[in-house]
Amino acid sequence: MTRKRVVVTGQGTINPLGASVADTWDAMAAGVCAIGPLEIDDLERLSIRIGGQVRDYDPGDHFSRQQLALYDRFTQFALIAADEALDDAGLDLDSEQGLASGVVIGTAGGGLNTWDSSYRAVYADGKNRVHPFVVPKLMNNAAASHISMTYGLRGPSFSVSTACSSSNHAIGLAFSMIRDGMSTIMLTGGSESMLCFGGIKAWEGLRVMSCEACRPFSADRSGMVQGEGAAVFVLEEYMHARDRGATILAEICGFSMTSDAGDIVMPSTDGAARAMQGALDDAGLAADAIQYINAHGTGTAANDRTECRAIREVFGSNAKQVMLSSTKSMHGHLIGGTGAVEMLACTLALNRGIIAPTLGYQVPDPECDLDIVPNTARKADVTCTMSNAFAFGGLNAVLVLKAGS
Amino acid sequence: MTDRIYADITRIIAEQAMVDVDELTPMTRVEDLEMDSLAVVETLFAIEELYDITIPFNANTMDSGNTMDSEGFDLSTISTIVTGVEALIADKGSLT
Repeated sequence: MTRKRVVVTGQGTINPLGASVADTWDAMAAGVCAIGPLEIDDLERLSIRIGGQVRDYDPGDHFSRQQLALYDRFTQFALIAADEALDDAGLDLDSEQGLASGVVIGTAGGGLNTWDSSYRAVYADGKNRVHPFVVPKLMNNAAASHISMTYGLRGPSFSVSTACSSSNHAIGLAFSMIRDGMSTIMLTGGSESMLCFGGIKAWEGLRVMSCEACRPFSADRSGMVQGEGAAVFVLEEYMHARDRGATILAEICGFSMTSDAGDIVMPSTDGAARAMQGALDDAGLAADAIQYINAHGTGTAANDRTECRAIREVFGSNAKQVMLSSTKSMHGHLIGGTGAVEMLACTLALNRGIIAPTLGYQVPDPECDLDIVPNTARKADVTCTMSNAFAFGGLNAVLVLKAGS
Repeated sequence: MTDRIYADITRIIAEQAMVDVDELTPMTRVEDLEMDSLAVVETLFAIEELYDITIPFNANTMDSGNTMDSEGFDLSTISTIVTGVEALIADKGSLT
């Protein structure tokens, strides 16, 4: 069977950097840091008090009261991103197209805010009932299902939950389904909203969170900072996109998944390297074809050093030439939604020739001696990019994107 | 160093490091116990729960060979841990 080509024809987002792709791209180009003091209930009982929150956001501006009874914050973000993506793609799916279209959304926590507030109601506030829609609101597939329902996508739809790799796994699976002829149009990406008391409290326990900033690859890094938000892309079979005259933002040409089969939290160089090499092999590209890598770059000592070792292993003598940045330094770690928002840094590089920087870089780390595009965005001609995601549990997913043509 | 706190801490560390408590001495180096990152975090959690204290510790600022956390809690030996815990308990007492 001939494999189909798969292109990106639309993108949408709401994340700490902005409520649209245009705003997000501008913020990435300007090196804006959207990490700041958290505004959540019971903050005084947390030791971690910073995060990348979506600010100036009123759900009522986007959804009706009836809709909000069913939409957790992560579903709201996913629907807002999907709406922008479909509009950007210029797609108004008719009934027949809807049959061949689906949606795959990555999320790690699903409706975590709904869990948190419902537990608070029954345990802390002593209430004896919770809202009747708690179950459909908190389930991990709620975002995928509401996107499917809103746009009449009646083909294959599901959610993917692989912690910090959820978005890349989701996008990679949607890509594979179009490539193999299972579907023509797929909406895909990820969404996360864990910035609530219970969500942060759980993360505090692992002792990997920073109290002050996310500074990936900097020797004085102090850990990860959480963010929230969503990004959704329209993936389309190439001939379908070409025939309707769609603007092609990028072509997804490689994807690979590997597992460390090692430790539940510590990453492995081997698993990361095999995923990067696998994505290059899948794309039929040599390592020197890649000009920019959007790093997983969490700002933890464990990730940053392992990732740099893996890049040196795969890119060899070219490792020092390839540009590498972690936009988590700007928007925080969106956990299950992170790969999707970070893919916007890849489409920014491919469409605008701008490499989003790694903010907060202060002290060189000899173990991370690569070109991490420190602190300021850079102009560069980019035809090929890679996006890394390496999850707790040792589950890795890497995508390769090239410029649309 | 009080005997009770020393006994509690060696018991917790022995359990996490999967060694006999008699093998531990005040001078035992934590890195020689080859505990993985989760075992270290669980050890601190167990000590915090026992004394209702908060131990300042960030896994990212504790590199190998440098066991002094940036916030000042010295995890290098059992003796330094006991001293640090005693200080945190004393601080707590001074607040109440």
